[in-house]
Amino acid sequence: MEVRLSRSPRAGRLPRPGAGAWLGWALAAGLPLLFLGVFFAWPVVTLVGQGFLVDDGAGGRTPDLSGFAEVLSQERTWRVVGQTLAQAAAGTVLSVLLGLPGAYVLYRCRFPGRALVRGLVTVPFVLPTVVVGVAFRAVLAPTGPLGFLGLEESFVAIVAALVFFNYSVVVRTVGGLWERLDPRAEEAARALGATPWRAFRTVTLPALGPAVASAAAVVFLFCATAFGVVLVLGGMRYGTIETEIWIRTTQFLDLRSAAVLSVLQLVVVSAALLVSSRLRARREAALHLTSDRSAAHRWRATAADVVPTLVTVVVVAGLIVLPLAGLVARSFRGPDGSWGVDNYVALGTTGGRNALSVTVWEALGHSLRTALLAAAIAVVVGGLVALVVSRRPRSPGLRRAVGGLDALFMLPLGVSAVTVGFGFLLTLDRPLGLDVDLRTSGLLVPIAQAVVAVPLVVRTVLPVLRAIDPRLREAAATLGAPPGRVLGTVDVPLAARSLGLAVGFAFAVSLGEFGATSFLARPDTATLPVVIYRLIGLPGAENYGMALAASVVLAVLTAGVMMVAERLRGDAGGGEF
Amino acid sequence: MNIRHRRAVTAAAAVGLLPLLAACSGDDAPAGTTSSSPTGDAPLSGTVTLVTHDSFALSDGLLESFEQETGLEVEQVAAGDAGTLVNQLVLTADSPLGDVVFGVDNTFASRAVEAGVFEPYTPADLDPSVTALVGEGLEGLTPIDQGDVCLNVDTAWFDAEGVEPPSTFEDLLDPAYRDLTVVANPATSSPGFAMLLATVAAFGEDGFEQYWTDLGANGLKVTEGWSDAYYVDFSGAGEGGQRPVVLSYATSPAFTVTEDGDATTTAALLGTCFRQVEFAGVLAGTDNPEGAKALVDFLASADVQADVPANMYMYPADATVELPAEWAQFAPQADEPFDVAPADVAAHRDEWIQQWTTAVIG
Repeated sequence: MEVRLSRSPRAGRLPRPGAGAWLGWALAAGLPLLFLGVFFAWPVVTLVGQGFLVDDGAGGRTPDLSGFAEVLSQERTWRVVGQTLAQAAAGTVLSVLLGLPGAYVLYRCRFPGRALVRGLVTVPFVLPTVVVGVAFRAVLAPTGPLGFLGLEESFVAIVAALVFFNYSVVVRTVGGLWERLDPRAEEAARALGATPWRAFRTVTLPALGPAVASAAAVVFLFCATAFGVVLVLGGMRYGTIETEIWIRTTQFLDLRSAAVLSVLQLVVVSAALLVSSRLRARREAALHLTSDRSAAHRWRATAADVVPTLVTVVVVAGLIVLPLAGLVARSFRGPDGSWGVDNYVALGTTGGRNALSVTVWEALGHSLRTALLAAAIAVVVGGLVALVVSRRPRSPGLRRAVGGLDALFMLPLGVSAVTVGFGFLLTLDRPLGLDVDLRTSGLLVPIAQAVVAVPLVVRTVLPVLRAIDPRLREAAATLGAPPGRVLGTVDVPLAARSLGLAVGFAFAVSLGEFGATSFLARPDTATLPVVIYRLIGLPGAENYGMALAASVVLAVLTAGVMMVAERLRGDAGGGEF
Repeated sequence: MNIRHRRAVTAAAAVGLLPLLAACSGDDAPAGTTSSSPTGDAPLSGTVTLVTHDSFALSDGLLESFEQETGLEVEQVAAGDAGTLVNQLVLTADSPLGDVVFGVDNTFASRAVEAGVFEPYTPADLDPSVTALVGEGLEGLTPIDQGDVCLNVDTAWFDAEGVEPPSTFEDLLDPAYRDLTVVANPATSSPGFAMLLATVAAFGEDGFEQYWTDLGANGLKVTEGWSDAYYVDFSGAGEGGQRPVVLSYATSPAFTVTEDGDATTTAALLGTCFRQVEFAGVLAGTDNPEGAKALVDFLASADVQADVPANMYMYPADATVELPAEWAQFAPQADEPFDVAPADVAAHRDEWIQQWTTAVIG
């Protein structure tokens, strides 16, 4: 029996488009490019450029690249680069190895409570890093439950925290494709006598390749640029390029060496993107996708289900639930050690000693509004990018352009939030001749959050869009459907499931975003993470308790949003193909 | 005001014309009655944007009543922590983010003054206790609040162990206090940097590095920021920490008062303090200089000064303002805090932090 991973020679090629279609595609690519240009490239290039310009003493500025020689000749720089790469590589490999069984169990098997677990694994992704850092340190400190391991301020602690944050990226990105994968190919292999492991390795894994590469790229970028958690858990000893940029920019205003480090970071990030896109390109294939209802099966007590389930249970219980449970338990304890809901009651106030300018519930409202707007922007921009990038035009030049566009939109994950935030200050004072100071406008917060969320939307939707058999589109076009109709009847319904995930992801990213937000927030419209940072930075057991209770609220909200997002799109992607 | 105009103002500041500009805009006139605006006695109007760090807060209604009294509308922009705030101001000196800044402290202010960020302005009739807080080179800024960064001890822990608590920096080198101290990193935390400055003042520019080397040899622990030092490592926070000596604030003991309100379980070592002073200032190139001055006057006013302890967890700059009872009883300030001239701080910040890093982190 032929295994139906179709690699038709004409894969991805569409009938020659007309002028209208060209205009459509140009717009679809142009709008995201404009967005990225104004809200990312321009600010970053301007700030980095400042680092390479020095006063010439006559009121002008001249380029000066001597910073390169200086920073690159420091031993510390290379130690930091080495640590960044080692942490990111270890974090990525572990997240993928542990995430694959998780994706299988949570997206390929049906069991009661599945939606809840799916929501739960996304929680770490949005938790404020200072809270997670403190929670992890409390577990690993000599007096903590895992203190006997002696892992405090260790490489292992940092990598564990990186996996904690990024596990869900792998589970969801890979799971999103896996649950749509037609199971018949694997069943066929099994029917021909392959063991479950062999069938997985030779049939399923190659099919999942693009999603795995997608997820790995995102996780690598998140790990390489992890900041707060590395600072809290590793101190100065385990600095990364990102923490160095942060310190040199916000503490020393040493833009020159920050600029050199930013360029260095960009090199690392571009290399990672190149490797990932090579991996994807080799494995890219149109797949047989199917509606999720037929793809997932009821959980069975077979080795194929039990082994990944055990791995997942250990990871979810040990790595995710344990630190979270500590957090939740502590949030129900009062200053004197008694149990109660005082910390939650206090969320309706501005703190025991008026620590905040808004109540936590008000901050939650601001967070929700901001995140909704950010998710909307991210889904429109990211959706367009995914759509454009999913096509493989005939001309090699265009194909390269499309590939470049793909990589371009990943960059925001790989550039320091400090660089972007400070860059905003230099460029968004009446941008493009508009008479509005965007730097202090409330609109900038959702925009900044959307910049970070766009790559996630692209990476979530793209594997599915790319996996759509182009013959479906060709068939539709042959039958006379105009391009818009082809999109509406082929791409959108098939991508709808992953679009739901993407909306949830974008929303979650925005809810948890702190780096850029902290530069731009206005005190009277502070978001939940900003309020949590403020509370945990103040003396007083009441404030600490409130910070933990607010973190739990953020966690529950995130899990809830992810569950709703999955449910909403659950049946919308219907249609059997 | 367009960008070109703003540049001109900044350029003027850079060549030393600032005092002149300030003088002709009515330096000494009290808020709301300034007579130097082009339209004479026209009431204040328009929007004033207050750029501040993320710890700024006032009681409900206070800012609103200021708006009602003056006809101004106040907008707030938060720019991250204190260091981030100053660096943002320096970067945007040509096109300021707002009209008034609050939250620049004496460990960072010189950098901003040198960059020509401020238009000097001082409210009239400040109490001498307030003007005494203006450091050398920071004239033209208005002190709004102050606080001492000091080591704190868990007195209950020392009682239980039957050990006398330390009281000076030198004490901490005693082997009896081995492995008992946790502080925040000066490179990443402002209290950490304040303690570094206190040791520079205590042991001199040539001696502080040796002190930290010795402290490191006596089992010092360093965290990234104040909160994880206090909540994870400090035994007095009630979170299961192990170390009874922590870097915190002179006010912290007011937050560990026992249930009956008679005692506190921690104490600040008042011989180890560095005094942080937070300033407000008018930003050079403001679109609304009169409004900006009125806002600075408001921040220095008795109403706001009385509101500072409850909302910003700092002492008011004005020593004549009454303090919360808990503070008066449990959180006295140091009589003689350590001090380093702001200009020295600006000149040596990076170098000192690097020396510290070499001595402690290696």
